[in-house]
Amino acid sequence: MRITCPLCGERDRREFYYQGAAVALTRPEPEAGEAAWDDYIHNRENPCGVTRDLWHHEMGCGAWLVVMRNTATHEVLEVELATDAKRTGA
Amino acid sequence: MTRTEGGCVIELRAKSPCDGLLPLSIGGVTLSEAAPGAMTCLMPYKGQAAALSGALEVACGIAAPAPGHSTVSDGVRILWFGRETLLLIGPEPAPELAQHAAVVDHSDAWAVVRLEGPGAVDVLARLVPVDLRESAFAPGATARSELRHMQAAITRLSADAFEIMVFRGMARTLVHDLRDVMESVAARAGR
Repeated sequence: MRITCPLCGERDRREFYYQGAAVALTRPEPEAGEAAWDDYIHNRENPCGVTRDLWHHEMGCGAWLVVMRNTATHEVLEVELATDAKRTGA
Repeated sequence: MTRTEGGCVIELRAKSPCDGLLPLSIGGVTLSEAAPGAMTCLMPYKGQAAALSGALEVACGIAAPAPGHSTVSDGVRILWFGRETLLLIGPEPAPELAQHAAVVDHSDAWAVVRLEGPGAVDVLARLVPVDLRESAFAPGATARSELRHMQAAITRLSADAFEIMVFRGMARTLVHDLRDVMESVAARAGR
């Protein structure tokens, strides 16, 4: 599997660290209530298909990335810097 | 130990990171330690990347390089060194740079070695998961990647010469891993 880092270009998977679902970009407000926080902390989708995750380019430029990929085909569909994803409110 | 005024003080001597380990020459490829001078990490403050590049042009005569590249002028080099990070090599940093960026002295932080010779690219290709062909990684190109399992910065100096940087504490491992591969590449080529 290879991931195209927006800064470094196409790189081998071993340079990246997998963090998990990209929920950290949409953290609930402190007063959002128990249900929202419970969902944010504990509940995750486990899709057979397209998923959106946070990866860290640990052995490369050090950027956090939002990677869309297909868990069934291993296809990497889209990669963007987490700072850009956050700015555009995705 | 130096005896002074009746007591002993330890006389400290600076050692380079690869002191006693290099140079090496195996199968036409040489590995030697570089003495790059001062190394300064520059991390621009939010929205200050362009201002920092301008300040570098005034102070050193060269602008900040784009990701994956380095810029060079007389005795000064600037490497792209990761996301929003540059490494200034050679001179002491001008004080004005601190207006635009966090300025951190890295002079003693890195082991810097030079791998040269006709087979240098074959040696590195066994250790680094980056496309090192000249079409993809021309002289002046630089990459942050891993070398075996070490975080490294690799810069192509010319067709047959690379500069490799790892954390200073990894110097012995770096030389060990490179020596291993230099030997096997030379054996494979029958040199």
